[in-house]
Amino acid sequence: MDTIIFIILRRMRAPLLLLIGTYTVTIAGLALIPGEDAAGHPTPPMSLFHAFYVLSYTATTIGFGEIPSAFSDAQRLWVTFTIYASVVAWIYSIGTVIALLQDRAFQRAILEGRFAKRIRRIVTPFHLVCGYGETGQALVRALTDRHQSAVVIDYDEARINQLKLESHREYVPALLADARLPSNLVTAGLTNPRCTGVVALTDVNQTNLKIAISAKLLRPGLKVICRADAHDVEANMASFGTDHVYDPFDSFALYLATALNAPCLVLLYAWLSGMEGEPLCDPIYPPASGLWILCGYGRFGKALYRHLKSQGVDILVVEADPGLTGMPPEGGVLGRGTEAETLEQAGIDRAVGLVAGTGDDANNLSILMTAKQVNPGLFLVARQNRRDNQALFEAVGAHIVMHPSSIIAERIRVLLATPLLAEFETYARYRDHEWACELTSRIAALVEDRVPEVWEVTVDSEHAPAVWAAASQGAPVTLATLMRDPRERERTLPAIALMRVHKSERTLLPEGRVTLRQGDRVLFCGAPAARSGMQWTLNNDHALSYVHSGECRHPGALWAWGSRVFGRWRRGHP
Amino acid sequence: MNPEKVVFGFFIVLALTLNFGFFVGELDNPQHHNVWELFAVVVVNLVATVLKFGDRTQIGAILLSTSLVAMLQLIAAVLVWAVAVHVTKVGLTPAITASIVSLTGGAMIANVISVVLLVVETFVLRR
Repeated sequence: MDTIIFIILRRMRAPLLLLIGTYTVTIAGLALIPGEDAAGHPTPPMSLFHAFYVLSYTATTIGFGEIPSAFSDAQRLWVTFTIYASVVAWIYSIGTVIALLQDRAFQRAILEGRFAKRIRRIVTPFHLVCGYGETGQALVRALTDRHQSAVVIDYDEARINQLKLESHREYVPALLADARLPSNLVTAGLTNPRCTGVVALTDVNQTNLKIAISAKLLRPGLKVICRADAHDVEANMASFGTDHVYDPFDSFALYLATALNAPCLVLLYAWLSGMEGEPLCDPIYPPASGLWILCGYGRFGKALYRHLKSQGVDILVVEADPGLTGMPPEGGVLGRGTEAETLEQAGIDRAVGLVAGTGDDANNLSILMTAKQVNPGLFLVARQNRRDNQALFEAVGAHIVMHPSSIIAERIRVLLATPLLAEFETYARYRDHEWACELTSRIAALVEDRVPEVWEVTVDSEHAPAVWAAASQGAPVTLATLMRDPRERERTLPAIALMRVHKSERTLLPEGRVTLRQGDRVLFCGAPAARSGMQWTLNNDHALSYVHSGECRHPGALWAWGSRVFGRWRRGHP
Repeated sequence: MNPEKVVFGFFIVLALTLNFGFFVGELDNPQHHNVWELFAVVVVNLVATVLKFGDRTQIGAILLSTSLVAMLQLIAAVLVWAVAVHVTKVGLTPAITASIVSLTGGAMIANVISVVLLVVETFVLRR
């Protein structure tokens, strides 16, 4: 705001000086030139006060007719000059003000001032999202749908305007600025203590790198998540402590590879990171053995080829422009894959699955439709590049539609909201398929076809005062105790402890006899009622003592005294 | 030599000198205080105020505030003059003259502070 006032003052200096000068000269002239009365005798000149009065209505072109007395010709001559000089000065001054108001730099300054004020006033924790492209949009949507705040910074005016038109559940402040400049990041709230994470999602690696460096230097403890398309940039980002670097193509390929290898694991992730209260999605079982046709060998195709090959999947690449992209060592079929001929050449009649993975949505759709005609039994995987084409991909009937931006956004959302869940997913990847299937059936039994709630419990004085106090008094609570229903301790809350973090040690699916120490963190999933029930045990000493030992303690001193007296009396009079 | 600084210093010092010129003389004697001099003081002070616009430094802010104080005092003096001479027609009685002159005296103190600050800034920056 102060900047705006200074801009106005600075710009108004010249017009104001001109106005003062014009007024001074003309008032002085009016107050020096003698007048004359009706008989033609000279009268003394008008006073400074009258001169100022005459000028005030002349200069502002009000044209007020009242004058102190009729003018002499000399006065009329001077007033003529006065009119032209002062009107020009006024028009110049007003023109400057209007030009200033229309000035883009000035409007930007006003908007930025307003934005900065809004950021300073934010009271809830928020995430700073740099870049509002496909991924940024998906991430902001995912965050706001779960009542988390985000602040967006992007240099593209069209995207910022689009954000303003979209309706989000939470208000999303947006700054139109270049995120490469640290000052813009600070304006957007990087140094605000409420800022809990920075996500760099622009499509330029160097910009993401710059954002990550700025964030790490200006707020060393802050969580920084970056998108990177090239491995050297990824290594560079990791070198100075960027918390998470995501390669959209690699993450996407890993996802499909996991789906082939361990469908239950993919299902588990989908359930745990889904929108609470939505119906559970069904498992998908892609054929793990047999020939897969991969159309497109670009950055995505290469990542997918690498991941599938490492799992021993038989795979054949179809690529239209091998000169640009290269070909895998054992060769592939030349062609786009949109014609039946190319697909037949690739052996579509004996293939079990097909991935339409080019960077062009129209081509991908065409490949899918052709493949379906030639071999209706194929398992189809589609890569969707643009969100606008959602309806088309839904209609084409692919078994898996992958939108890389959404996958990345979802992963980042999980990382920001429930960091333990992201860790859990990483560790779960090393477990086998049966383990995941067993866990999914346990969860399904727990939550009755609705996406379970996922929450973290940290044993500290702020989040779990009752359990923390018990642990500090040397009577630590076991996990089984915590999972008892505080209303009826014989019952168990409908929840599963997914992971326990004790110091640097992580245990997946910890057993009930595990004790909770100070500083431990536990990840739970289960029905919403289980979460609220557990909050009682965590926070309330009496609820904790009830689930622990079944003993109902008396809340007040009077009742405690009464019960002691009554107990003594009962012991005395059996 | 910076021409902007010359103009700036010129108007600030001129505001003080003119103000002093109007102020000196017997406090309640209208013969010693010319209304044209008051006019010049007001104009020069206005110019000095506008010249101080847009300086974002700390000393710039204080310079601007002294000027605003001076303007406030001077406008009060001009109003007293206009009311006495033109509205109530009592003319420049000793009491009225005294109040006009003492108001400009207040403005003069603000102008003195302004000049002192200017001199201080010059010394500090030149060292």
